[in-house]
Amino acid sequence: MRRGREAHPPASRIPHPAARILVSKEKILATTTTTTSPHGHADHGHAAHGPELQHHFCTPAQQKEAATLGMWVFLVTEVMLFGGIFMAYAVYRWAFPEVWAEAAYHLNTPLGTINTVVLLVSSLTVALAVSAAEAGKRTRVIQLLLVTMVLGVAFLGLKAYEYSEKFSHCAGYSTPAQWVGGGEQHAVYECLVPGQAFLFPADKTTGVSNAPTVAGQGTPYQLFFFLYFVATSLHAVHMLIGLTIMGYLAFITWRGVITPTYFTPIEIGGLYWHLIDIVWVFLFPLFYLVH
Amino acid sequence: MATTALPGHNYLQDDASTVGAWFKSWFLTVDHKRIALLYLLSINVFFLLGGLAATVIRVELITPQGDLLSADLYNRAFTLHGIIMVFFFLIPGTPAVLGNFLVPLMIGARDMAFPRLNLFSWYLYMAGGLFALTAAIFGGVDTGWTFYTPFSSTYANSNVILTIAGAFIMGFSSIATGVNFIVTIHTMRAPGMTWFRLPLFIWSSYATSLIIVLATPVVGITLLLVAIERIWGVGIFDPALGGDPLLFQHLFWFYSHPAVYIMILPGFGVISELIAAFSRKRVFGYEFIAFSSMAIALLGFLVWGHHMFVSGQSVYAGLVFSFLTMLVAIPSAIKIFNWTATLYKGSISYRTPMLYALGFMGLFVIGGLTGIFLGIVAIDIHVTDTYFVVAHFHYVMVGGAIMAYLGGIHYWWPKMTGRMYSEVWGGISALIIFVGFNMTFFPQFVVGYLGMPRRYHVYPEEFQVLHVLSSAGATILAIGFIIPIIYLTLSLWTGKEAGNNPWDATGLEWQVSSPPPTHNFLEIPVVTTEAYAYAPDAAEQDAANWRPGSPL
Repeated sequence: MRRGREAHPPASRIPHPAARILVSKEKILATTTTTTSPHGHADHGHAAHGPELQHHFCTPAQQKEAATLGMWVFLVTEVMLFGGIFMAYAVYRWAFPEVWAEAAYHLNTPLGTINTVVLLVSSLTVALAVSAAEAGKRTRVIQLLLVTMVLGVAFLGLKAYEYSEKFSHCAGYSTPAQWVGGGEQHAVYECLVPGQAFLFPADKTTGVSNAPTVAGQGTPYQLFFFLYFVATSLHAVHMLIGLTIMGYLAFITWRGVITPTYFTPIEIGGLYWHLIDIVWVFLFPLFYLVH
Repeated sequence: MATTALPGHNYLQDDASTVGAWFKSWFLTVDHKRIALLYLLSINVFFLLGGLAATVIRVELITPQGDLLSADLYNRAFTLHGIIMVFFFLIPGTPAVLGNFLVPLMIGARDMAFPRLNLFSWYLYMAGGLFALTAAIFGGVDTGWTFYTPFSSTYANSNVILTIAGAFIMGFSSIATGVNFIVTIHTMRAPGMTWFRLPLFIWSSYATSLIIVLATPVVGITLLLVAIERIWGVGIFDPALGGDPLLFQHLFWFYSHPAVYIMILPGFGVISELIAAFSRKRVFGYEFIAFSSMAIALLGFLVWGHHMFVSGQSVYAGLVFSFLTMLVAIPSAIKIFNWTATLYKGSISYRTPMLYALGFMGLFVIGGLTGIFLGIVAIDIHVTDTYFVVAHFHYVMVGGAIMAYLGGIHYWWPKMTGRMYSEVWGGISALIIFVGFNMTFFPQFVVGYLGMPRRYHVYPEEFQVLHVLSSAGATILAIGFIIPIIYLTLSLWTGKEAGNNPWDATGLEWQVSSPPPTHNFLEIPVVTTEAYAYAPDAAEQDAANWRPGSPL
């Protein structure tokens, strides 16, 4: 059982079993180069598999299984990452249920709803892109990925508007446009961005009779908005990463890397996008709809 | 001196003709064995830095007065020691060095499932390390390695952010390694390598990876929240902001208790290999050892509250955590008993790795049993934050994790480098480490039980004898750690050629040449036997063949 003594595989990859040819020692020495070249394909036949099979895998099925499992395990780590925030959310909501109910009124629920729809549609387009890739419709894949990106950018745009609304209130204006254009000052001063200036006004619409007229820093009201900003901006960071991935996938599809037999990148990229989507599906009701 | 050329076409061989190509072939390598060596070097550098901080601490504690360091400087010294040893040595230690090297070899794969991710994890590790070192150079941190809020988030005036950034980045390096291990073990096993034919090191690496993947992201987000609170003064941990500092402790220990098992579980795996190889027997109760690793991984997630018995958590929560903590003793004891049963009627040879393995068993039993003391709420309240706790976790971390790491390094050194180390010096330094270790940390149990608090640099005079004893032991321990560095390095030039299987051990890694070829297996092996398939009469035959002068 003494294996692996007599020869050194060419370039960086072992030949696929089906393509394994006995090569003379001289040839091996001649082709032995660095171990880093990611595409050292030149020196053996590719009759049995496409260029995408990395050489430490035996079969395309094994490579696909590894990539898919790898993405799922990574998604588990993402769930745990957001899990920390959800845990903090659970603790403080359990401690201050009435604060949560009242504070949720101050988020822009219509915009949040639109954003939810936008993201759900983008998940649909990604799923369609995967099936288009499976069917080998290259142009369709690229179109769907681009639509996904447009929807993702739209989501981020709306999110940015929501943020700027909160910041403009802190600056004393009622809308971001007035803040930039120098419009009228807001009648009631409120500041829902956590920090020194944080000021939560009592809201008549909630019907909570014992709500304080104002609540500043150091009150549970701040915890709600802190968690809101942290959770949604962490989500936004993931959106940015997701947009980059979608752009990359569209690029490699355009380059012809994706074929009906090899579309794993689209699949696992899609998995990532769905995860971001699911995180939002949890964030939206937990912050916008708890009143 | 044996200077015969090593087998051609091994992974260490460079065909690089220029310095640039050489750099590229090492620093951009995707070969898991080269990455393991990168890790080996960098992790040992961090170990020496952490040891340096420990030296400063022990020197300061020779006298009851604070004459070498100010209180503030002393805080920074033990924090540096803790952060470097925990985040940059113990957590990545065995998985990233031995695991990276061995996992593909042991399961019959050509590489990790994601070779480039593997390389990336080393860069993340180095980046995290640089952040931590930068923090140390610019004055250090004084929060302790636990970063408790609100001190860390509001009041500390040291380099908390830089250090947290280091730990955060290093966490992602861990995660990358964990994901890689899980996927590799699931998908890359050679034909015939079923789950119950896996070497036990693989089982323990798998259990470790599960913990890494599930726990590390939580400390990531927690440290991120601390950093935000510190930078912008807004957050959820500082009571002045309406937050709850206890929440930080829950989230922190939700990672950091399982992290203790990240440090020790790979060590268990190493010990299983060593005990089997040097008893020439199959491991007794293979399935039990395999599942006890999984049980420890699972239970590890349910016991974090035993770090918070005096933090103001509910008494009832304390009782539940206490009960669950004692459950951990069951899988741990299963391991120890099964190893002992493996030794029984084995043909035991006292080579250096075996010395470490036997040392591990004794020291881990002490570390584990004192863990049960600490798991009992009443005793824990008495010894909370004393040297008793310090001694306990050093018995597990140094006596356990580091002993196993060193044993593993010695055992697989011939496979990594193709050369044997000096057995005489190996044995001597293993004994020095054992003696020095006990002399350092056993007095700490006593002084802790008598009431010496941890993290104090000034203490009553009646404790001086024990502290001096401990510092003297630390000197011996340091010598014991330095000797292996010297003879292992020398062996690279002067060591005997090891041959494929110097220990006559089972396992796929011993069937390839030493050092292994770049792609491990020219042909993927087909596995037909269980792990540790020593002949049933191997022990008897060894005993019959023994002659004076054969290795013990």
